[in-house]
Amino acid sequence: MATATRASAISKEKLIWLYETMVLIRKFEEQARREQDSGRLRGTHSAIGQEAVPTGICAHLKDTDFVLGNHRSHHHCIAKGVDVNEMMAELLGKVTGTNRGKGGTMHIADITKGMLGANGVVGSNIPVATGVGLSAKVRKTDQVSVVFFGDGAAQQGSLHESLNLAAIWKLPVLFVCENNRYAESTPFEYSVAGGSVANRAAGYGVPGVTVDGQNVLDMYEVGGEAVRRARAGEGPTLIEAQTYRYFGHYGADNPLGYRTKEEQDHYMAKDCIKQMRKHLTEHKVATVADLDAIDKKCHDRIDAATKFAVDSPFPDLDELTTDVYIKYD
Amino acid sequence: MATQQAVRKLTYVQAFNEVLAQEMERDPNVVVLGEDVAGGAGREEFKEAWGGPFKLTQGLYKKFGPGRILDTPIAENGFIGAAVGAAATGLRPVADLMFVGFVGVCGDQIFNNAAKMHYMFGGKVKLPLTIITATGAGVGSAAQHSESLYALFAHMPGLKCVAPSNPYNAKGLMAAAIRDDDPVIVFNHKLLMGGIGGGQHVPKESYITPIGKANIAREGTDVTLVGISYTTYQCLQAAQELEQQGYSAEVIDLLSISPMDDEAILNSVKKTRKIVIVDEDYPRCSVASDISALVAEQAFDVLDAPPRRVMAPHASVPYSPVLEDLFIPSKERIVEAALDVLQ
Repeated sequence: MATATRASAISKEKLIWLYETMVLIRKFEEQARREQDSGRLRGTHSAIGQEAVPTGICAHLKDTDFVLGNHRSHHHCIAKGVDVNEMMAELLGKVTGTNRGKGGTMHIADITKGMLGANGVVGSNIPVATGVGLSAKVRKTDQVSVVFFGDGAAQQGSLHESLNLAAIWKLPVLFVCENNRYAESTPFEYSVAGGSVANRAAGYGVPGVTVDGQNVLDMYEVGGEAVRRARAGEGPTLIEAQTYRYFGHYGADNPLGYRTKEEQDHYMAKDCIKQMRKHLTEHKVATVADLDAIDKKCHDRIDAATKFAVDSPFPDLDELTTDVYIKYD
Repeated sequence: MATQQAVRKLTYVQAFNEVLAQEMERDPNVVVLGEDVAGGAGREEFKEAWGGPFKLTQGLYKKFGPGRILDTPIAENGFIGAAVGAAATGLRPVADLMFVGFVGVCGDQIFNNAAKMHYMFGGKVKLPLTIITATGAGVGSAAQHSESLYALFAHMPGLKCVAPSNPYNAKGLMAAAIRDDDPVIVFNHKLLMGGIGGGQHVPKESYITPIGKANIAREGTDVTLVGISYTTYQCLQAAQELEQQGYSAEVIDLLSISPMDDEAILNSVKKTRKIVIVDEDYPRCSVASDISALVAEQAFDVLDAPPRRVMAPHASVPYSPVLEDLFIPSKERIVEAALDVLQ
């Protein structure tokens, strides 16, 4: 089905939400890079280029559903509704941050929004997400658990153990591989035998879907079906979203050390936000002026978040040893 | 009438099994998952073939069904991780890590997630997870199925660690572990599960042995012996022998490794002025070393002799029975060490 036809089935409100969420992520990440360059933030893993993946999936989720991320997870958090003020404050190590300044960029969590945490160990959250699905099943709720991981994590045993568990127990889990083509500096084609992550689902009797991760409408469609399956008790889905990391792995890593400018231009020409702008204007869902206004709103939102973060205090020094346990004596 | 109470003798395994059943009845969110905790999963005619590798979960499948007694594939990283996720979202899982050495397979989930989530998420996620695991040498299982590894877990901020020493405190500590909102590791020594020490009166009604408190298993005045799990049994044996030689040994049953009852140890040492710590774990950076440091730092002035450790050697657990016997701290070595500090 052509994207245009599919999109007509999506409400205008939802289409605008998809666009606005991606723009908010982009603006947040751009500001995070500025903070990094200024030295107030000691490096992050930029998600610029990958905004469409969690946006299309999270559009189907409720606050009571869970998302689990990885080291590159700002986009997952924003798509799941985590407050950008608290996120920016967390990046700067402030006590008003999502994690009271104790987690930082790689561990942002807000359980009230169903964001059960970014995780700095590659592949580590995949079993945890499977347990979240088990919990939903045992407690007989209709909650869904979504874990985002990269093509690098797909080479960890944790994915295979978890796909197997989720399949034999028919758990409501979405395994979403954000294939941005690089595990740090190591290219996908070098490290992934068989050339596909999605194909591996077949071995577990689980649907494996490959999708254009730069197209938010495609992501929305694939996410919708996987969430429906999960809620209906039909079990897990493995989604391989093909996307691209515009910047280096981390901080100031220059990706041109391991990939060509031509390759970068090829993917950036298919930028998820540009594509969606084109779609929305061509189908008269919004005018250029409408979209510019959204961009401005997101820009101002991130400006306010930055001001909030900068103005917030650091944690009291006695916080060093609090929250290790709920009770320890 | 309390003195008339009938003795209700249970083995370690029976007491452990009873507390699991009681806690599962008490709280529908308690689930057990692990390899062969039921056994024969999925086959109608072989339901509950095993009841756990040490029979700790026997009968629970029939009582609580497949939704709460979950046989897992052999995938420790997968299912321990799943227990972490389940604990973070409303369940109170008990995960069975069959042998403590298997932590090598799932260390990521225990050390990077279970131990750290509460802290790194700013205290906003609680993790009421219990991991039970079999420890100890003495049954010819060699290097990978006979370790103690207490120190490995106790080293990690965020984990609590308990080591029962008999059927009574196994029941109480397990109840405490399940009800605790922090992740707790429960070390079950294979020899205790095998029946060493015999049965013991265990009340039917449920009770808590508080985490963080040591027990004075025997009062004495001349020397303090500290035991952990099975070595408490050995310390009690050694104390009897010392008594025959005219010495009064106090035996502290540590029970809780993290948090540790520093006060109980220091109070005892202040009385006896001598301490022998008996730990089956490897000696480098061990719980015994930690206790030794505690006493040296906080009770140096009262000591009549340097703190003494009786431990396994800095070697893997051997297979040959003559070597394995030598590996495990023996009653004789405890007595010898005690006499050494006493004289």
